[in-house]
Amino acid sequence: MRREWIHGWLLILPAFVFLLAFTHIPAVQTLIDSFWSTPRGRRPTQFVGFENYKRMMADPIFAKAMVNSAIYAAITIPASVGLSLAMALFVHRPFRGVGLMRMAYFTPTVLPLIAVANIWLFFYAPGFGLIDQVRGLFGLPSVNLIGQPETALYALSAVTVWKEAGFFMIFYLAALQTIPQPLREAAAIEGCRPWTFFRRVTWPLIMPTTLFVSVNAVVNAFRMVDHVFVMTRGGPDNASQLLLYYIYEVGFRFWDTAYASALTIVLVVILSIVGIGQFFAADRRVHYR
Amino acid sequence: MTLRQHFLATAALVALATPAFAIDLEFYFPVAVGGKPAETVQALTDAYMAANPDVKISAIYTGSYADTTTKAITAAQGGNPPQLLISLSTDMYTFIDGDLIAPFDDFITAEDRANWIGGFYPSFLMNSQTEGKTWGIPFQRSTPVLYWNKAAFAAAGLDPEKAPTTWAEMVEMGKKLTLKDANGNVTQYGVHIPSSGFPSWLWTGIVAGNGGILANDNGTEVYFNTPEAIGALEAMVALSKTDGVMAPGILEWGGTPKTFFEGQAAMIWTTTGNLTNVRANAPFDFGVGFLPGLKQPGAPTGGGNFYLMKGNNEAELKAAVDFVKWATAPAQAGDWTKATGYVAPRADIWESDSMKAYVADFPQAAVARDQLQFAVAELSTFEGPKVTQILNSALEAAITGQKTPKEALDSAQADADAILKAYR
Repeated sequence: MRREWIHGWLLILPAFVFLLAFTHIPAVQTLIDSFWSTPRGRRPTQFVGFENYKRMMADPIFAKAMVNSAIYAAITIPASVGLSLAMALFVHRPFRGVGLMRMAYFTPTVLPLIAVANIWLFFYAPGFGLIDQVRGLFGLPSVNLIGQPETALYALSAVTVWKEAGFFMIFYLAALQTIPQPLREAAAIEGCRPWTFFRRVTWPLIMPTTLFVSVNAVVNAFRMVDHVFVMTRGGPDNASQLLLYYIYEVGFRFWDTAYASALTIVLVVILSIVGIGQFFAADRRVHYR
Repeated sequence: MTLRQHFLATAALVALATPAFAIDLEFYFPVAVGGKPAETVQALTDAYMAANPDVKISAIYTGSYADTTTKAITAAQGGNPPQLLISLSTDMYTFIDGDLIAPFDDFITAEDRANWIGGFYPSFLMNSQTEGKTWGIPFQRSTPVLYWNKAAFAAAGLDPEKAPTTWAEMVEMGKKLTLKDANGNVTQYGVHIPSSGFPSWLWTGIVAGNGGILANDNGTEVYFNTPEAIGALEAMVALSKTDGVMAPGILEWGGTPKTFFEGQAAMIWTTTGNLTNVRANAPFDFGVGFLPGLKQPGAPTGGGNFYLMKGNNEAELKAAVDFVKWATAPAQAGDWTKATGYVAPRADIWESDSMKAYVADFPQAAVARDQLQFAVAELSTFEGPKVTQILNSALEAAITGQKTPKEALDSAQADADAILKAYR
């Protein structure tokens, strides 16, 4: 019995060491740092308690970043999940060129987000960009989508949805292919309409995939900010400021590491609550086989 | 001889045969423009090592300017700083505040101080000296200039050889250069001043042209809401709002040369770092001129300086200074300017024969140099990135019409004062 214990520990040891060194210890260290002030060359760090958190409550850019992140998540999560399901249902049936179609849907996923952002920068470019050229055909005036505060955040959201939907589609496609053919035939004999079949058979059976995909979508909504670096840098006037980008700015451009630690703790707490909540809430409606 | 002894003897021989390097230097450098600066830096260090076999320099490419500063600070925190780096001249106060850099004065003679440091253009030294010491040596420095499309000027009935010299002229010519199609949509704007990411840089030039400056020499005070500054922002906002000669909203830096090549804008403001790019890609004749000012010509400087990092022994830093001196000498610095488009930072470089030949062939290259007499320091203060970000957000708010120029700059001044209070 004891030997098995030791074996078990030895087996997980390599993974455990890396997880500890690169995830858990930094997380705890970040929590500790968030209660101390930022050391400067001429002024050492000192314990300040909840000072960094108090400052956060009074920080208008933090408030803006929180609101923006919420809007960004509220747009990108349902849109990318819904779009990916629609695309998966579309390319699930056999038709000429289905392979090409699937590949086309999947292509955005294999491109690095930085490259994608650079491509979209030229789609959005006022005057000669793709979107403006199309608008020009209809006699519409030029529009600077990422250069005005009203639309910058939505322009970024569109890029994220475009990038993510293809990736989620692959999971849905795999899930759809596991739905047994006899169910389809039985439903056809009963005279079941396609929509009823989807609602009563397909949707419940792909629920585990939906849970997986939506957890990923939520995490990505807070994690994918690479395109912000390339496209707007949080501007104009913080109109597209997202929480993670703000953490980067505070931590590695302003070198205010203590405040950045406090912001990071907020992000970790949000992600933990959302992630755990999703598992519990969805658990009752997900049927694993 | 046993195998083991044989191995040891061979190892000893190899060790003796390899020339013993007295000094190893690490040198971090960023690449911020197109072209081949990375190869040029490598060639530069190779040439130096060939002439000085007792010094070994590892030139390490460290990404953008911001990445380079980040990596240098991280390396210093880890106890292993490089001896030498190139980073933004405006990061000087960040490095001083972190007690990370050593002044060059400690490693040079009085004669060097007069002849070597004294030989740099004063406008480049503004972002390199404070507290009576020289903390940075100008190397990859730039300044923005006006590029104009001669074909578009001729088509609008303007003299294609004559650029606007004042702001009023620029607006007036811009109106003639702004073309609309049958639907009333603009097909060509008169002027394009990019504002994404760091609008404060070009705006510093407009303020200088209006007779204002943005910060004191100690990096402890900023002057964001002076009448000169507010007037400069009002003029910039008016370009798209009332004059109708510039596209509205935040305009991308990266797309600016393309906007010019595509004929979407007849005049652009951008860095001399784009000179080689425009020369290679513009499908029409173009001219390069000073930035037109509201009252007088004015421009900011920009780009990177050499810095010496603390936490290294004196012999190493001395060797690093020696390399910097060599790299800024006319022969080396001239090659650097020709390869990159950066403005050579000393008068004696421009007087060398090879630079004279270069300017004769490509007179636009000298415009940036001649503009230096009107140039002012780029905004640089303690907590520089944060203060600059406050200003950038304020400028963006005004450009996009969220706030009036005065409101935006008043609140930026208040926020910056709150941060800088600790340093006064």
